[in-house]
Amino acid sequence: MIPPLIVRTALERGINLLAITDHNASANVEAVSKAARGSALTVLPGMEVQTREEIHMLCLFDTLEQLSAWQQQVDKHLPKMENNPGLFGEQFVVDETGEFIRRETQLLLASTRMTLEEAAAWVDALGGLAIPAHIDRKAFSLIANLGLVPEGAPFAALEITRHTTPAQVRRQFPQIGDWPLVQSGDAHRLDEITGPLVLTMEAPTVAELRLALRNCAGRSAWLRQDVISDEYQEGSFPFSPFQQGESKR
Amino acid sequence: MTLQEIVAELNLMCLTNPCDFSAIEVKSGYASDLLSCVMAGARHHGVWITLQSHSNVVAVAALLELSAVIITEGARPSQDAIDKANEERVNLFLTDKSTFWVVGKLWEMGVRDS
Repeated sequence: MIPPLIVRTALERGINLLAITDHNASANVEAVSKAARGSALTVLPGMEVQTREEIHMLCLFDTLEQLSAWQQQVDKHLPKMENNPGLFGEQFVVDETGEFIRRETQLLLASTRMTLEEAAAWVDALGGLAIPAHIDRKAFSLIANLGLVPEGAPFAALEITRHTTPAQVRRQFPQIGDWPLVQSGDAHRLDEITGPLVLTMEAPTVAELRLALRNCAGRSAWLRQDVISDEYQEGSFPFSPFQQGESKR
Repeated sequence: MTLQEIVAELNLMCLTNPCDFSAIEVKSGYASDLLSCVMAGARHHGVWITLQSHSNVVAVAALLELSAVIITEGARPSQDAIDKANEERVNLFLTDKSTFWVVGKLWEMGVRDS
């Protein structure tokens, strides 16, 4: 999944806002941003961080500088282990045309030592959005791992997978209360890129997104159910963050 | 088996305000670090062994009225979590040993219902 193909596929599917959220990593974000230059697609710099409790949380920012500050924080809290490509797949960094730049040697699939609340507070302080990912999954999810949404955590919303509906998730997990829900493609491959989230905003920024997720100040967010595919199976999670160029919308 | 006997035999450190552990009978146990599984699978009044130290551990223990939570591998919870446990009257214990070791010991002592 190289940057120009991500951009082309997103545009073909009518998507004009896309976040790149590799696992504990951000080295490929700039390449996708560059590949999208001059097109109708806005790329939000992001990451899917794995916290100490083995919870995946999406972190969305406006700028590469914010993301870089966050990456430094994550790096400090990752165990120093080398990736074993034979076991976990390759971790490639590419440029905007998809050309190989380098291999990331640090093992990225590990948990950081930050707690969920610490990580969310850092992202929030940097001006980003913290969104616990795929809460309806049986692994690496806020609900599976911690049972309940911790009180007072600065989350912007909770993300659900494309294999369910907001109504179903609210029935299944009444403990999520009235937290806003977002649904994403969680695309690990090109054919999984999908854009169910329809946003009305003044500009494609994190501040606007924060308002839209709460449906306030004239901004809004709603989920189209007609673009959701259902070809995924629990357990098919690819280990390598870069093996297939993990990215998601 | 009383909680007092378990605390003594496993040399557990009590993180919360101690009560009369000899009056608490423990028959069953459950081990998992996924709180959703604990909510679905642990028996009321049992003991729960986990290396998860998030404050939600206290909420789940209170919900199930567990006799005790044994947090393993020295994963000390935050002071906020300990304060919440005192409020909710949840008995929190800490050990440097692994979950495997604690469960093995409890099994040896005759705590075998799950």
